[in-house]
Amino acid sequence: MLKRHPEPFLWLLFSSGGVIAAMLVPSLLLLFGVLFPFGWLPAPDHGRMASVIGNPLTRLVLFGLCMLSLFHAAHRLRYTLYDGLKIQHLNEVIAIACYGGAIAGTVLAAYLLVIFG
Amino acid sequence: MRDTRSYTAYHPQWLRRPVSTYWWLERPTYIAFILREISSVFVAWSVVFLLLLVRAVDQGDETYRQFLSWSATPAVAAINVLSLLFVLFHAMTWFNLAPAAMVVHVGGRKVPGLLIAGSNYGGLVVASALVGWLLLGG
Repeated sequence: MLKRHPEPFLWLLFSSGGVIAAMLVPSLLLLFGVLFPFGWLPAPDHGRMASVIGNPLTRLVLFGLCMLSLFHAAHRLRYTLYDGLKIQHLNEVIAIACYGGAIAGTVLAAYLLVIFG
Repeated sequence: MRDTRSYTAYHPQWLRRPVSTYWWLERPTYIAFILREISSVFVAWSVVFLLLLVRAVDQGDETYRQFLSWSATPAVAAINVLSLLFVLFHAMTWFNLAPAAMVVHVGGRKVPGLLIAGSNYGGLVVASALVGWLLLGG
């Protein structure tokens, strides 16, 4: 029997997460992390935010963004710890902590986006 | 096959050269590499920050306003400015590497790398414009 390795699947999540994070996070972070807090642009009022996030398509995109970006980050962080800090002996612990964190975040994202509204 | 290696009584030598834990400090390109990898922490933080925003909006006008003033506190603002720099660095390195990761052929010809990287940057511009229009336009 062919032994299935999860690595190609994890790499697929890593690369699609890399794309969506690169495309969508900069503008969102620029607005909510910098321009609104520093008062350089007025933040949208609550009604507008609620209607934008209330749209099912927005929530679907947000869910994809959260899930894929988290798996992207988990995969990258795992190998940063593995190669960068050379803590190879903790390989399994690191993998469980990284992907476990991504799974927990994905579940939380699904919960918050499903109960929204 | 039988193991035919023989061992001497002397101290055995590793064939691998030992690599320092801080190997990535040795060259500017290595530092750039490790900074790119560290961007993952800031991508993860951005997701947490966005989920806190979603939750605040869901809980009502009052909580949303509290979230906005919380995001203006010096510590949170500093983390977000730093995160933005790291996420932009991630986007740049990701798009610049895209031609190497994705070789596209159209009509038997290789699509030039510059075009692939360029279309990724184009995607960033379109996605950002869409976000801006949804939140601020009209």
